Amino acid sequence: MKSLSTRRRHPLAAFVVLVLALGFAGTLFAAFVSPASANADSGNTSAQAIANGKALYETSCSSCHGMNGEGSSYGPSLVGSGSAAVDFQVSTGRMPAQQPGAQIQKKAVLYTQAQIDEMAAYIQSLGGGPVVPSQSQYSVNDSMVQLGGVLFRTNCSQCHNFAGEGGVLTDGKFAPELTQTSPKAMYEAMLTGPQNMPQFPNTVLPSAEKQAIISYIVSTRDEANYGGAGLGRIGPTSEGLFIWTFGLIALLLFAVWIAAHTTKASAERVAQAAAKKGGK
Amino acid sequence: MSTSTAGEEIVPTTLGGKAADYLDQRLGIAGAAKKNLRKIFPDHWSFMLGEVCLYSFIILLLSGIFLTLFFTPSMGDVTYNGSYTPLDGIRMSEAYASTLNLSFDVRGGLLMRQIHHWAALVFVMGIMVHMLRVFFTGAFRKPRELNWIIGFGLFTLALAEGFCGYSLPDDLLSGTGLRIMQGLVLSIPIVGTYISFFLFGGQFPGHDIVPRLFTIHILLVPGLILGLITAHLILVFYQKHTQWAGPGRNDKNVVGLPLMPVYMAKAGGFFFVVFGFIALLGGLVSINPIWVYGPYVPNQITAGSQPDFYIGFFEGALRMMPNVEFNFWGHTLSLNVLVPFAVVPGILFGGIALYPFIEAWITGDKREHHILDRPRNMPTRTALGVAGITFYGVGWLNGGNDLIAIRFNLSVESITWVCRFLIILGPIFAFWLTRRICFGLQRRDRDKVLHGAESGIITRSPEGAFSEVHTPLSQGELHKLTAHDVHRPLTLTEVTDANGVPAPNLRRAKLRAKATQWYFGQRVEKPTAEEYHESITSGHH
Ligand code: HEC
Ligand code: HEC
Ligand code: HEM
Repeated sequence: MKSLSTRRRHPLAAFVVLVLALGFAGTLFAAFVSPASANADSGNTSAQAIANGKALYETSCSSCHGMNGEGSSYGPSLVGSGSAAVDFQVSTGRMPAQQPGAQIQKKAVLYTQAQIDEMAAYIQSLGGGPVVPSQSQYSVNDSMVQLGGVLFRTNCSQCHNFAGEGGVLTDGKFAPELTQTSPKAMYEAMLTGPQNMPQFPNTVLPSAEKQAIISYIVSTRDEANYGGAGLGRIGPTSEGLFIWTFGLIALLLFAVWIAAHTTKASAERVAQAAAKKGGK
Repeated sequence: MSTSTAGEEIVPTTLGGKAADYLDQRLGIAGAAKKNLRKIFPDHWSFMLGEVCLYSFIILLLSGIFLTLFFTPSMGDVTYNGSYTPLDGIRMSEAYASTLNLSFDVRGGLLMRQIHHWAALVFVMGIMVHMLRVFFTGAFRKPRELNWIIGFGLFTLALAEGFCGYSLPDDLLSGTGLRIMQGLVLSIPIVGTYISFFLFGGQFPGHDIVPRLFTIHILLVPGLILGLITAHLILVFYQKHTQWAGPGRNDKNVVGLPLMPVYMAKAGGFFFVVFGFIALLGGLVSINPIWVYGPYVPNQITAGSQPDFYIGFFEGALRMMPNVEFNFWGHTLSLNVLVPFAVVPGILFGGIALYPFIEAWITGDKREHHILDRPRNMPTRTALGVAGITFYGVGWLNGGNDLIAIRFNLSVESITWVCRFLIILGPIFAFWLTRRICFGLQRRDRDKVLHGAESGIITRSPEGAFSEVHTPLSQGELHKLTAHDVHRPLTLTEVTDANGVPAPNLRRAKLRAKATQWYFGQRVEKPTAEEYHESITSGHH
């Protein structure tokens, strides 16, 4: 074990401190500035945030989304996308996009939550749109799990699979697995409908129902596999694969073992019979 | 068994002996038992595969009886209030609710469900592997063609039985499976709609299907399977088991162990091994966790919906078929469903069922066979078998195209397209390759017979030449490698002679001659006695 003092001199130490500090600042920011109020027309703090957000936006997003979020041939207009879309896209590592492909992939997150909130505030100031939800909207509520299950199977499992393990769409697109996604990102995904996912605005799926779905997804994550080893929870395919590999090999080994073991006496008898040319 | 001198009565002393004597005096079973219990069974691991099917079927019956005590075969609407809270207060069918109760509230219920389901997978897998062993060893040849047909009947019944069982719990996956099945029924021209209404007692899903499937699943099909298994085993017993070539073995005898006690002890032991293995799986590995899937509601569906593996081929064929559909006179002809549902499996299954007869016709072989073929010695048959496996395998693979796509980051369409080509080209390639491998192996056998086995010892002659010492084979091994016949194609005259009618059937005869040419045209000859002696006496290796 290295002691802390040697670690302090590590070349990356400065970065770690910086990240921690930024993270701390972000948490503070999140705690004091309720996201719902990070709206264009409220207060000075948010004016500051918007200005910071605009600066960040101009450096890393404008090349695709245009200097004023009006869009370009590389990316859609963000006017009216709302802070929820920005928070979702950037905090799950989708934006800034890198390789174009069938679907923009998740990558490591490049910004602190504070920076994301600033960019979100800026985009929100451009033309409104869905707002980042508050904690109470997406917190897990155990009494809503049952309703959430029904809603999930009606609205989401056709793309995301019954256990949220993900599923394919056409042409290399896919609905990702939901086993790691944060409740907040889930809420925002439903609200904004990223890429090939349909949008579920509150008129279609009221806020309480979103919360129910989130509660269901989270509760299934740490549900025990009551039947034993879960085999990846992808249903009959893994069961079939399992029996044709492990099961078949085991049974064949048993068969070989039993067939090869003969009582000594009868083995001799067989040998004798063979020598005498012919049993019956 | 006791020895008795003629005329002298033996008075049994032990309890068992007395009981046996009592029964014998009334039923006269001793004579039959003596003969049958001494029946010989040859020993080889591949002959245990049929037993795997038998034992897993017994396990299915036993665990199934337990399940029927608690399962309610009804589509009646109930509100669930059992101990699985995530579904508390949800409306569902009684079938689904009783399966949940079985899983969570009946003591040992989940274990029994899982044993039952794993046993079903082992059963169908066992049948497939057993069928392949019978195929590749030529055990289906005369006089066992009828037993092959019975076995084929068992295979199709097992598929039907599995499908019905899968559909019973009325969970999201089983309902989806039924919906696909209904689609297949609907695709039958003209009468499809009527049959669908008849089956489901009205609109899908209706209230009738689960009780009906239940009767089929617990009474009709198991009854048929039981009857056919009995017939199957009686035939195996009566026709005696085939055996591998070896010294002292021929088409007229069977060399092995007597049924009683040795074979019975082994078979009984194997039953417990299979039972124990399936019970372990049932206890340790989850299968069909229906509570995760949720109850079936017709407007719900899940990504990654999959059938059990033995339906995977049909699913894959369905996913592979291009979308071809015609409309005329108010009728739709859905070739996109009809072809993968009826035509392709029809060809595959028809081919399996009729293969013994097709082969006999092509080869003109009318003799009885009790010695098995080594697969390499029948290259065309073996290659056909591998081609069939490839065909089935590609269909199967495509049944899981969505899962493959998501695991390996591919697009489903490209997998489907690859499979469309592969299902045609794959079997052709497999056929070609397998035949070549078989011929290669035959040549190696021939070399071994003539020159002995490689010993791995290199010697250097006084002149400096290196050569490997070959050790001659034992008598037994020589026999094994040379026991087979090398078949040759029928000539046109033989064909017409065989049919007895030369002129009118000439075209058929020509076809047959062509077929045997294809079947046996290329071959590796066995070493003749002269060749063998020459190689021995020349002292060459
Ligand atoms: C390489 C080009 C590129 C860069 C850089 C980029 N984006 Fe995007 N962005 C896209 C594209 C393309 C889409 C549309 C994805 C789709 O829907 O298929 C998109 C979509 C979005 C959306 C969703 C729009 C909606 O209405 O749902 C948001 C929000 C967004 N980007 C924010 C950002 C932010 C913030 C940044 C900077 C951190 C950024 N993007 C950087 C290309 C880019
Ligand atoms: C038509 C198919 C479809 C349906 C229906 C759908 N989604 Fe999605 N979902 C997607 C796709 C595609 C993505 C990936 C979007 C992207 O990468 O930008 C996605 C992404 C998500 C994510 C982000 C996952 C992550 O880890 O970043 C969440 C959360 C999510 N969906 C939840 C839901 C919920 C909850 C529902 C039901 C209310 C739902 N989805 C319905 C297709 C779908
Ligand atoms: C319920 C399913 C089945 C059961 C329980 C079963 C059981 C058995 C058993 C115990 C044997 C003797 C041991 C052995 O050779 O493995 C046997 C032999 C045989 N089976 Fe099956 N079998 C089943 C399905 C099939 C199928 C699907 C086929 C082929 C289509 C088939 C064809 C044969 C033939 C031809 C034999 C004679 C083999 C020989 O004598 O070498 N059986 N079966």
